[in-house]
Amino acid sequence: MSITQRTAEVVLVDYGLGNLRSVTRGLERAGADVTLSDDPADFDAADGIVLPGVGAFSEGMENAGPFRDALVDAAEAGRPLFGICLGMQMLLTSSEESETVGQGDVTGLDLVPGTNLRFDQGQKVPHMGWNELAVSREHPIAEGIDGEYAYFVHSYYADPDDENAIVATTDYGVEFPAIIANEAGNVFGTQFHPEKSGETGLRILRNFVQYCLE
Amino acid sequence: MTLTKRIIPCIDVDLDDDGNAAVYTGVNFENLEYTGDPVELAKKYNEAGADEFVFLDITASAEGRETMLDTVSAVADECFIPLTVGGGIRTKADIKETLRAGADKVSINTGAIERPELIEEGAAAFGSQCVVISVDARRRFDGDGEYYAEVDGESCWFECTVKGGREGTGIDVVEWARESADRGAGELFVNSIDADGTKDGYDIPLTKAVCDNVSTPVIASSGCGSPAHMEEVFSEAGADAALAASIFHFEEYSVDEVKRYLAELGIPMRL
Repeated sequence: MSITQRTAEVVLVDYGLGNLRSVTRGLERAGADVTLSDDPADFDAADGIVLPGVGAFSEGMENAGPFRDALVDAAEAGRPLFGICLGMQMLLTSSEESETVGQGDVTGLDLVPGTNLRFDQGQKVPHMGWNELAVSREHPIAEGIDGEYAYFVHSYYADPDDENAIVATTDYGVEFPAIIANEAGNVFGTQFHPEKSGETGLRILRNFVQYCLE
Repeated sequence: MTLTKRIIPCIDVDLDDDGNAAVYTGVNFENLEYTGDPVELAKKYNEAGADEFVFLDITASAEGRETMLDTVSAVADECFIPLTVGGGIRTKADIKETLRAGADKVSINTGAIERPELIEEGAAAFGSQCVVISVDARRRFDGDGEYYAEVDGESCWFECTVKGGREGTGIDVVEWARESADRGAGELFVNSIDADGTKDGYDIPLTKAVCDNVSTPVIASSGCGSPAHMEEVFSEAGADAALAASIFHFEEYSVDEVKRYLAELGIPMRL
């Protein structure tokens, strides 16, 4: 518990994917002190960990391989772990994407049990652009964003086994989870890019920074 | 589906006499007028509710490139919306350094026509979402095309041009759009040489031809002179995003004003 105002020390996992510069700027704007790290030893000292990501599921899991144990340990220790886009999909157990590209059974972090499905209702893929958020249950990360718009770029979406894992949804022909969280609440992710979602995104990043300090 | 249509201000960036990056806007086809500082404009449009921002490097010179990447970084730091950067991207290394400078997407034109494999390479390494294929289309009223549309009662096809429309390639835009999407392009950026600078509206038959034949999102560009033109390109052509330069730069309309106008007409907008 912090008594005086202090800065949240956030580690941004640098596993070779993602627009780290934008995420860093967004987190800094939200008041975090950001360290880019590819060293799992840094995770323990952090107030929160951000797992960014764009690209393919199997490549992401492969690149994140060296961090797998450290991420799972941090999550189980109750440290805030925030996955963005592919980083969120990696919190789940599996993805249709790795099957599609024939890379077999790639296992995600399994912190939020479930799989990632491909849009198949005839929508344009990728789902690219601004879409509305409908908050379905309370979570500190989602405070103040119900009905606001966020920027999405993705072809797959999360399908958690437990419906309670869904914090917010978005409608793109199919209603899918825009924000998910584990039961304990410390592991969560957004399918959209908060660092590219204007004022709404900055609000979510501020919510995260606040959560890290509590 | 509540996915909104996107309004995208675009800046053309060149070096000024002192070698600094500056925004220029075409007036009446050719004359370029100094419009402002790229970072200040990015900030302004970010705050005004732009859905995305497009930065086109029109220097096309080696010494310009360094300055441009620094400018892209400075713009990215002020842009909490997606940033697309185009101009002179020909290799996977160009894509990488542009993304590293802070772009979220790169727009590739000639580089992909010369070597289509660049699309696959970019998509495999960085994801389809960041590979935007840009075409400069020109109407042709002869029998050499593959996909024909009706324009003013005449049948025409659209040819991919390079060098700002001065050189034809013989490639059919619709065919190229399909091929680009198959190769992994995540978005198509459709410019019209015929409509460019006219402010008479987007090239609707062109935009519709592309939208009807590919499933990737399409950004309509060239010819916008008013918010009504945007309504037309969304409703009649099926574009996913509308890009404009001069109407915003010369403050004929604000981004916010345009979006409110479109929302009132029932176009889904992020307000």
